[in-house]
Amino acid sequence: MKRILIPALLLLPVSSAGVAAEFSVVQPDKSAIDFVARQMGVAVDGKFKKFSAQIAFDPAKPEKGSAQIEIDLAGIDAGSAEANEEVKDKAWFNTREFPVAKFVSSSVKPLGGSRYEARGKLSIKGKTRDVIASFSAKIDGGNAVLDGVIPILRLQYGIGDGLWADVATVADEVQVRFRFTLSAAPSVKKK
Amino acid sequence: MLYLPVSTEHLYDGIPSDMNTSARYTRTAVTLHWLAALAILGTFPLGIYMSELPLSPRKLQLYSYHKWIGIGVLLLAMLRILWRMGHRPPPLPGGMPRWQVLAAQVAHYGLYLLMLAAPLSGWLMSSALGVSVVWFGVLPLPDLIGKDKALGELLKQVHATLNYTMLAVILAHVAAAIQHHFFARDEILARMLPFLKSGLKP
Repeated sequence: MKRILIPALLLLPVSSAGVAAEFSVVQPDKSAIDFVARQMGVAVDGKFKKFSAQIAFDPAKPEKGSAQIEIDLAGIDAGSAEANEEVKDKAWFNTREFPVAKFVSSSVKPLGGSRYEARGKLSIKGKTRDVIASFSAKIDGGNAVLDGVIPILRLQYGIGDGLWADVATVADEVQVRFRFTLSAAPSVKKK
Repeated sequence: MLYLPVSTEHLYDGIPSDMNTSARYTRTAVTLHWLAALAILGTFPLGIYMSELPLSPRKLQLYSYHKWIGIGVLLLAMLRILWRMGHRPPPLPGGMPRWQVLAAQVAHYGLYLLMLAAPLSGWLMSSALGVSVVWFGVLPLPDLIGKDKALGELLKQVHATLNYTMLAVILAHVAAAIQHHFFARDEILARMLPFLKSGLKP
């Protein structure tokens, strides 16, 4: 009950003032980007520890939402020191030449309930592809929590070239998962 | 099922008769013994070799094969212990010094224990290091413990220690078998190697 009541109460003055509740301040300590890859049929997860994100999301007007996310690929944690070095190498992310992966949204549409879908462009290693992020949005303690996944095919970006291109060993499909906690924009309250 | 033939072989085991000297292990025990021996002999050097390789697809494959075989050893050990619980092993030849009888017993129980502990430590280590075991790439085994890198590194040491201990016991086991066969010239090795039954009267 508490969980439902408090955000509802918090939203009241905002909506009564006729201003949409837009969430746009990313809280880095409550946000994360990680990934799941498959090695020899085993799901192995890792993290991107360094990223920056500008996200705006209003549950009342989801179509107006937008996101621009940049990942510093050198901050990857692929499970072991050896793996971390390997994935920065030329065959994988080639972080020396392409240090940043970038996602820019182009549209957001509601799928019903608390589910949404954002389409956009993902650029990694000099290659840009259309991707779809499906996510849920929950209001929790005055924050919006966006939880979702972007499935990608690593070989479309040349991630894991050469020897590593064998998808029987490391699968082509990689799930990039994200959780962003957004607090309401301060300007909204002032108005 | 591997365990099924046991039921028919109760005939050999359960009824001691002078026609059947019963100096041999049952076919089930012999099969389990040599399958486990083969698996351990294969996966032990594989474990050393793969851990020294630089990261490559080959390395990931070999790690998987090593884990698959290791789980196989665990399963064989469990079946072997089940067999052992229902069967008395063939008697040792008379005239063996007491210390040898004792040493043989310690070594055999030690091997049963190590055949369980060594693969289990590998499984635990895999869980702690966040790379679960999917047996033969199809059967996902549950993680025994949560992800914990420091614990994983510790378990790596434990895994190596257990395996080198097992190697030492296996060497003693093999040395004893050779001693019995070629020097003491008794039937010890033949009870586990059916084609050596020259001296055995059926």
